[in-house]
Amino acid sequence: MSDPIATRTPAPIIDIAGVSKVFNLNGRPIHALKDVDLKIRKGEFICLIGASGCGKSTLLRIMGGFEPVSTGSARMYHAPIQAPGPERGMVFQDYGLFPWLTVRENIAFGPKQRGLPAARLREISDRFVNMVGLGKFADHFPNQLSGGMKQRVSIARALANDCEVLLMDEPFGALDALTREVLQQELLDIWAKTKLTVVFVTHAVEEAVLLADRVVVMTAGPGRVERDYRIPLDRPRCITDPEFNLVRRELTEMLSSHVSLPKAA
Amino acid sequence: MSTSALDSRAHAVPPAKPAQPTAEAQTAQSEFVMPAGPGALQRWLSRWVVPVLLPLALLLAWDLAVRWTGTMLVPAPREVALMLWDFAFGGIYDDAFSETLGTHWLQSMARVYGAFALAAAAAIPMGLLIGKNATIRRVVDPTLQMLRPVPVTAWLPLSMIFFGVGPNAAIFLVFLGAFFPIVINTTFGVKSVETRLFEAAAMLGCTGTSMFRQVVLPAALPSIFNGLRLGHGIAWFLIVVGEMTGVPEGLGAAIMDGRMLSRTDVVISGMVVIGFTGFVTDRLLVALNNRLLKWSPQHNV
Repeated sequence: MSDPIATRTPAPIIDIAGVSKVFNLNGRPIHALKDVDLKIRKGEFICLIGASGCGKSTLLRIMGGFEPVSTGSARMYHAPIQAPGPERGMVFQDYGLFPWLTVRENIAFGPKQRGLPAARLREISDRFVNMVGLGKFADHFPNQLSGGMKQRVSIARALANDCEVLLMDEPFGALDALTREVLQQELLDIWAKTKLTVVFVTHAVEEAVLLADRVVVMTAGPGRVERDYRIPLDRPRCITDPEFNLVRRELTEMLSSHVSLPKAA
Repeated sequence: MSTSALDSRAHAVPPAKPAQPTAEAQTAQSEFVMPAGPGALQRWLSRWVVPVLLPLALLLAWDLAVRWTGTMLVPAPREVALMLWDFAFGGIYDDAFSETLGTHWLQSMARVYGAFALAAAAAIPMGLLIGKNATIRRVVDPTLQMLRPVPVTAWLPLSMIFFGVGPNAAIFLVFLGAFFPIVINTTFGVKSVETRLFEAAAMLGCTGTSMFRQVVLPAALPSIFNGLRLGHGIAWFLIVVGEMTGVPEGLGAAIMDGRMLSRTDVVISGMVVIGFTGFVTDRLLVALNNRLLKWSPQHNV
């Protein structure tokens, strides 16, 4: 099977080395992550998967610069990640759009921080509004949009700021199945067109198998990387293919063998 | 993107069922008509007539109550209307109150809006600081919460000592009354900005003072407006008390004079003018609110 990653540059864009994270919950230490190592190469599509409480969102937030590490190091291009920055665009499950700005203004928010002139902002926002198919809604406010449309704005906003890494925290988790499928496909299109690196947190096995080059399986208590699994499927992938089903089953077994809790009814 | 058109349609209409036999499909289509909205007359009625029904009913009740009880202490609406006319233009009673309404009104407006503007100018920045900075909050908040329940009328003697007999004492009282709701609502607005928005802004390269202007201020604006509306109401509310401090002119002063002279028609005229002016200003604030906060359906009043 041909590996599309082999043709891309192999330098790690994000390097997580020996990272542990301890939260202080009312004086009680909570070990969210323990000794996590993860190298992400430029252009890769990585899915972090695991049951809730496995620290996958914490790991993503560390990459985003929203949480400091307790021990170990998180680096981007060898420079320690210390704060959020425009090179690492974050897409939140609850969108995080500015409700007082229109779709266009939300998308132009990042470029505006760099002090670009109004004409250039207009140009950028036009381009990305159309890229996510919201041309007719450019002057709407977020609360006039559906969940799927809000998430498109959120993605466009990160892209419009020329991010190199797109960090996505269960971005499609709150959407209906139909919208989710469409957005997954659009995300793959965008990823194919740009040289973007994507780190995508999910707990849906099918989503991970459909999207990822590599699936990083995490387990809870304390959160650590259990397996780093390369999806052995060509793109474009089809969820009804027998091979797809095999991979999905394999990954599901990998996950469920680590879930110690009794099965839900 | 080819798929996006399809998706945005999916938001508008539920996914269609598989096609039914033609006859059925046709009836289904003809049933799909826009329900009729309210007619022009109905809209006109609900916009202009419904809101004045209750005031008219109260006016009528007042009139009937005066007639039935035969009281001499409370004037009927007609007498108040005459007084209002004389108060504004003269020519009926030609006494000390005739033609003085304009002066009283302007004086009171200057004091109310001046004190209100001062209160807003002091309370909004202060609320922003208290809301944003935990240390400042710990220093200032207990004092603020202690001063807040003290009735403004209790400040009357002290304000006359501080500012002497005259308009400044009145302005101080109105200022004090309007200050607290504005500062408390602004603080609340700043404190309740979602953390997510700060994260999103930081991720997009927004920092420091720019964050304040671009995130904190717009996010807190709905609460600031709530504070302004409350403060404005209280400002008018307090003008009568404020003008008890011995100022010669002002609606409050006129009302106090009317009380001394048992001129209930003057008292009620003053009340009507204050109520009406407060109402009009509140409408203006609401219009400004709706214009600035059109993004937030919860705050469109």
